[in-house]
Amino acid sequence: MGGMTDFLLELRSEEIPARMQAKAREDLARLFGAELERAGLRAGGLTTYATPRRLTLIARDLPDATEAVSEEVKGPKAGAPPQALEGFLRKTGLTREQLVERDGILFAISERPGRATIDVLAEAIPAVIRAFPWPKSMRWGSASQSTESLRWVRPLQGIVALFGEAIVPCSIAGIDAGATTVGHRFHHPGAITIGSAADYVEKLRACHVIVDQDERQSIIALGATMAASKAGLTLVRDEGLLAENAGLTEWPVPLLGRFDADFLSVPPEVIQLTARVNQKYFVCRDADGRLANAFVCTANVDAVDGGAMIVEGNRKVLAARLSDARFFYDTDLKVPLAEQATKLDRIVFHEKLGTVADKVDRVAKLARWLVEEGIVGGASLDVANLNRHPDEGRGPATERAQLADQAERAARLAKADLVTGMVGEFPELQGLMGGYYAAAQGEDETVANAIRDHYKPVGQGDDVPTDPVTVAVSLADKLDSLEQFFAIGQAPTGSKDPFALRRSALGAIRLITENGLRYRVPAALLDFFADRLKVQQREAGVRHDLIDAVFALGGEDDLVRLLARVRALQAFVGTDDGANLLAGYKRAANILKKENYAVAPAQAGARGSVDPAPSSAGDDSRLRGPDGDVEPAEAALIAALDAAEPAAGAAIAREDFAAAMAALATLRAPIDTFFDDVTVNDADPAKRAARLALLARVRAAVHGVADFSRIEG
Amino acid sequence: MILRLHQYWSERGCVILQPYDMEMGAGTFHTATTLRALGPDAWNAAFVQPCRRPTDGRYGENPNRLQHYYQYQVILKPSPPDLQELYLGSLQAIGIDFSRHDIRFVEDDWESPTLGAWGLGWEVWCDGMEVTQFTYFQQMGGFDMKPVAGELTYGLERLAMYIQNKDSIYDLAFNDAGVTYGDVFLENERQMSAWNFEVADTDTLFDQFRKHAAECENCLAAKLPIPAYEQAIKASHTFNLLQARGVISVAERQAYIGRVRDLAKASCQAYMEKNGWAA
Repeated sequence: MGGMTDFLLELRSEEIPARMQAKAREDLARLFGAELERAGLRAGGLTTYATPRRLTLIARDLPDATEAVSEEVKGPKAGAPPQALEGFLRKTGLTREQLVERDGILFAISERPGRATIDVLAEAIPAVIRAFPWPKSMRWGSASQSTESLRWVRPLQGIVALFGEAIVPCSIAGIDAGATTVGHRFHHPGAITIGSAADYVEKLRACHVIVDQDERQSIIALGATMAASKAGLTLVRDEGLLAENAGLTEWPVPLLGRFDADFLSVPPEVIQLTARVNQKYFVCRDADGRLANAFVCTANVDAVDGGAMIVEGNRKVLAARLSDARFFYDTDLKVPLAEQATKLDRIVFHEKLGTVADKVDRVAKLARWLVEEGIVGGASLDVANLNRHPDEGRGPATERAQLADQAERAARLAKADLVTGMVGEFPELQGLMGGYYAAAQGEDETVANAIRDHYKPVGQGDDVPTDPVTVAVSLADKLDSLEQFFAIGQAPTGSKDPFALRRSALGAIRLITENGLRYRVPAALLDFFADRLKVQQREAGVRHDLIDAVFALGGEDDLVRLLARVRALQAFVGTDDGANLLAGYKRAANILKKENYAVAPAQAGARGSVDPAPSSAGDDSRLRGPDGDVEPAEAALIAALDAAEPAAGAAIAREDFAAAMAALATLRAPIDTFFDDVTVNDADPAKRAARLALLARVRAAVHGVADFSRIEG
Repeated sequence: MILRLHQYWSERGCVILQPYDMEMGAGTFHTATTLRALGPDAWNAAFVQPCRRPTDGRYGENPNRLQHYYQYQVILKPSPPDLQELYLGSLQAIGIDFSRHDIRFVEDDWESPTLGAWGLGWEVWCDGMEVTQFTYFQQMGGFDMKPVAGELTYGLERLAMYIQNKDSIYDLAFNDAGVTYGDVFLENERQMSAWNFEVADTDTLFDQFRKHAAECENCLAAKLPIPAYEQAIKASHTFNLLQARGVISVAERQAYIGRVRDLAKASCQAYMEKNGWAA
């Protein structure tokens, strides 16, 4: 065995799309790592780099050869019939004499000698290249006469493969691995020779190529920030843009330019989006936090004039883009949104669900209904008041009527911007542009804001609207999509969710729970919402077993009440009483389980209409009357249950789950004493039956709050 | 500029062709590209092609969008191994100095739903402006390319704006005697935008679409792929006009595109069969 050697692989191609580079580095490390493992090799570390023109891997500290491996295959017994022996010899390709006998069993032993690592690498490189999972790949050149020719993301131009200082001899698609590569396309177009992994990065740096993508990102971030501050401005950070520009350059040079301040009449989001999406420029803010008439582009060259011509060229392109944006904006402003909305009947929402105009009509009615029913814009919604009749606590009727009108108005205009020129050009501005146009055309501010924000929340981190009009429109929009698609059998399955219904459901859940809306989820959507809510609560750090314990009750269609129960449960099991009650409950449940004692039917408690004496088992225990057969601990538990059951039931009915838990906590001591003093498995079948029934009553009482059998610990 | 490109590509083995005398949305529609890209034979050509994109009309009010403009098109089959270097050489030939300008190859995959064609490549940026579409064709008319052709499409007006340092297409000098691009084309843009968007009679256009489609089928039945393909191009342009008139709904749009694609594919298939090439 020799020492440890580093391996360098550079796959040089024509420009790799920026968005694919990060994944390509991961794939290269993964595929190469798998090839090493197959050969029994382990590297001290794998580093990968990507530039637009190269994908590089450095494997450190590889041994010079793989270890010899001895493989043993177990065969038949020494005295086995000849057929069995023949079959084994055929399989292994050995003769009887070559087999080894141990403990009366025959073994075939094959010695695989160690292989030179460089040979392993020579096979691994073409295998990795052939197996590379580019999201899109292509054929090229004269070899593409055959459709079987090598595919790569763009034409593959060269391979550097050095094990130590030795070239790894391999070849693919007519390209021989070697030691030469090229530097920057314009600064250093000629061939350069790499000595080994050790000098690769620095040699390329000397040829105007920063190999490390993270270093290029830092250069851009720092350079752009400094260019902005030199102009008295603040750069608007954008991590995605940093990575993209790093993926478009080998020698990044951030340059600041100015555009005509007249364009600032266009909404700042439009300017920022135009600059970012079309041109990959950063934007800046002035001292007051307003968007400034400046941009930062990232060139891939140190120009001889310091970049003056580059900045001027970029300024012109941006001016043309902004001029187009202003054309759309000015044109759109001239048409009232209500008029634009009439064109929505030309856009098909879904072939079975009619046009967007149809959807808008449904959403408008639903938004109005949500307000009129007091579900949205109702009075304060703290948990203590949860049982109030919806009609109570409404504001004056006129105020509610006005809210309902605003919600319907906003809903009717909310999708109108889909037919505007600006949203046609930048679909991601949907909502936002509608808000601008509505405000400029004199719509009520509340309505304009609702139009602007009605797609929210779009992601986990997005703000949830709180203004009642916005909430009504946003919730109605999402509920409509969910109900409609479910009704035509288009619920998401597995990884398929073409209409992004999971996101809609999550948005609806957040609107409901974070605004405390007392909305009864339609039965058709309940299971779907429950699943989404579970995922969401788990991600928010709520113990999954507690969520399960509450969900196991089933049938809860009020998400606010459901979460209140989970929260109270979480607080309760954290206390001494909670932990001990759980222990007592588990003991009771285990005995019942062993006896195959029927589980009480699903609890009505979940819907808040709890029978104070919920279980038939409870009735049984009382049937026996106060004769002398009842032991004191038994009697004490019965008394405790008689008190706790109605107390818990009443608390649940008024949705005071903390009080319900407190009522259950009073069972803790009697249960403990019961288990200490009473033998459930009494010789007298009647006593035994009665005690089991009592335990069942305990279980049922606890289940009125949550299914404690789901709680861990 | 055109002369220099002609000379450059002619020296590199391209036949220099003239524009196709029909309305088309891009140089790619020229038979020298679409049909000649098919099959195994080597083919290298360069030509100017006027393009009409009715929906891009801006009544002459946008400094770099027009409904009628010029492309310089180069097609090289099979794609040479040094295509990027050849292309950069052509930029130098028309006076672009790489020590003062920032040239970038930015991902832009090309797809023509009406031709049943797609390819991978880039838009080439010069100081942030897209000056060329650079594509390795992978499929044409639904057929895998055997071999792959490389296509370069230069935006002539944009390159000229660059070289002449003008902010607006309409300010470009058309000659040395003070005639500008605007003198030649501004009124044309205004009138054609108005016709494309507001005036063109849609009943006539629908009728023409049907007739071109029928005539294409007629040619196919007669095993004449080139005239069949011409009719497909005419149908395609008629469809673009209908789009500009805003009379094709989103749902219908796909059906129209599919119809044009079927015509183009059938023409390509007939061309392959006529030449005895297997798919």
